[in-house]
Amino acid sequence: MDLKEKLISSFMAFEEQLDLSSPIHEMRTRSLKQFEEIGFPTKKEEAWKYTSIAKLLKNDYSIFPKKETTIELKNVKKYFLYDIDTYKIVFIDGVYSPFLSDTTHDGIDVCLMSAALTRDKYKSIIEKYLNTIAKQDDSLTALNTAFTKEGAYIFIPKSVVAEKPIQIIHFSTSEQGPMLLQPRNLIVAEENSQVQIFERHQSLVSHQVLTNSVTEIFAAENAIVDYYKVQNDLEEASLIDNTYVSQKGKSHVSVHTFSFGGKLIRNNLNFYQKGEYIDSTMKGITIIGDKQHVDHYTLVDHAQPNCESHQDYKGIYADKSVGVFNGKIYVNQIAQKTNAFQKNNNILLDDTATINTKPQLEIFADDVKCSHGCTIGQLDKDALFYLRSRGIPKKEAKGLLTYAFANNVLESVKIPAIKTRINKLIANKLGVSVGHDL
Amino acid sequence: MLTVKDLHASVEGKEILKGINLEVNPGEVHAIMGPNGSGKSTLSAVIAGNEDYEVEKGEIILNGEDLSEDDAETRAHKGVFLSFQYPVEIPGVTVTNFIKTAINASRKAQGLDDMPAKDMLKNIREKAALLEIDSKFLSRSLNEGFSGGEKKRNEIFQMAMLEPKLAILDETDSGLDIDALKIVANGVNKLKSKDNAVIVITHYQRLLDYIVPDFVHVLHNGKIVKSGTKELAHELEAKGYDWIKQLAD
Repeated sequence: MDLKEKLISSFMAFEEQLDLSSPIHEMRTRSLKQFEEIGFPTKKEEAWKYTSIAKLLKNDYSIFPKKETTIELKNVKKYFLYDIDTYKIVFIDGVYSPFLSDTTHDGIDVCLMSAALTRDKYKSIIEKYLNTIAKQDDSLTALNTAFTKEGAYIFIPKSVVAEKPIQIIHFSTSEQGPMLLQPRNLIVAEENSQVQIFERHQSLVSHQVLTNSVTEIFAAENAIVDYYKVQNDLEEASLIDNTYVSQKGKSHVSVHTFSFGGKLIRNNLNFYQKGEYIDSTMKGITIIGDKQHVDHYTLVDHAQPNCESHQDYKGIYADKSVGVFNGKIYVNQIAQKTNAFQKNNNILLDDTATINTKPQLEIFADDVKCSHGCTIGQLDKDALFYLRSRGIPKKEAKGLLTYAFANNVLESVKIPAIKTRINKLIANKLGVSVGHDL
Repeated sequence: MLTVKDLHASVEGKEILKGINLEVNPGEVHAIMGPNGSGKSTLSAVIAGNEDYEVEKGEIILNGEDLSEDDAETRAHKGVFLSFQYPVEIPGVTVTNFIKTAINASRKAQGLDDMPAKDMLKNIREKAALLEIDSKFLSRSLNEGFSGGEKKRNEIFQMAMLEPKLAILDETDSGLDIDALKIVANGVNKLKSKDNAVIVITHYQRLLDYIVPDFVHVLHNGKIVKSGTKELAHELEAKGYDWIKQLAD
């Protein structure tokens, strides 16, 4: 039985434990059908031309968490943003860990999707938002929707500023063999509200884990949402991250994606602008080697006038690693005065690394400013000589320059603790020491 | 200190240096002047070990050791310093971090441990004061958004920190206003000792009013065509380079 068949046959058992009369049931069933029809994506599809998940699908994944696993905080503390006060929603092998979490219902809701799906209190929000921006005909999204059960539920009411960042952390252990995890997150920021979110997937020992995550983010008028994703997992962990952002007028949403490790990572990041004077920011730093594969597939749908989008993705690739960047910008005929900027700069550290980069602009309005640029290069020779002439050995000099190349993406990171953390991760990854200033 | 013997060097197959001979002793300041394209910057790059240039022939000997086969970092460890005409911008790496990295790399090459943080801090403060550099400046990204004067001051600050045996200042006066020029020259003069040597590469005589050379060499078409004392610099300033060209041709 292949994975697709296994998933379809498991669905009944999955549904039976749940409330069959809820509208969610209908949504799940419809989505399973979608998945059944489309199946997993293959390289024959344009959107998956450079990324194959065929090998990953051969593993015999367990689909449901079998039991609760506990881990001690001291063993995993380093994966958190531990030096600042935060809310935390933590999962271990897909199961909520109340011990590691710190949720709230005080003014805002930071809690579990499983609770939001079953309690009356959340019904209106769930019905209004859940699965309304996620792409219905995307097979992996549909698969996630069919098995929607657990994840993070975040609701920030009108004019409320969440005073602490929220961490969503997924740990996986090797207790249950190969594992398929499908978290489903919903983030709703009402008018004039603000929230900052930090997300991380981390296996604690190297094992086969495939995460197919879907996150829907809704930013109402004037809302500000900043989302930071750290993808620095162990060598056998793979992640397909499907993030959908719906923005209303004058809202600002930024998503930063830091991809430093894992076997295969695919980020499907989609922004839909549904109002005027919206700002959408998508930034990423990818630093990989050792046959790793990271694919950024972005979409910005400029559907209304006077909006902006800013994309800046930097990639550093070594040692048989493969990078993909596909950035689609769609400007509707009525979306006049759109400013859409896209940059994708890459450095290949050796001859064995590959980058496939493809800007895709579809512009139907005539009064717009759109720019895109992609570069693939090596390190600047003059700069390298400059550093070496100061006595810094070639390897270290290359590390410093690579660090400098990636580093400026961090300028837009608003939480200093995240900036420091990412800085250190980059420096570590590149083998340079950029410790604190004297 | 430095002996350059019949040095021939080329870039992309084009011969730029066509037999340079130069002898620099400890405690001396040498100025190398010459019109644009005469090979001044090439000479400095070749001595510092820039791999873009091919040394076809000749020797570069520092304190009895031939440097020709050494890479740039090794030459730096042996005491060669080049102040760049166009220092490179490195965003995200502060001046302090950069200089710490450079100093500890040299110490490591000499089998020494990292400089203790306290000593490093003291050293940085002293040398920054010498170049009239503000402490805020030190936490800025290296050369990023620096004015011409700030870049050159930063170069001499690095020289002060690294304490080279042989410092080559490539067009250090370009892009400097008179105040910055004085600060830079004052810094260089204070760093001068009987044990080190300085080569000043310049197109104009202006800098030599402040860093007074013991010897002046005129480079033209890849060769030193005339050598003299500081008066030669004044002569060049008054008469231009044409008579030198004629003299050589």
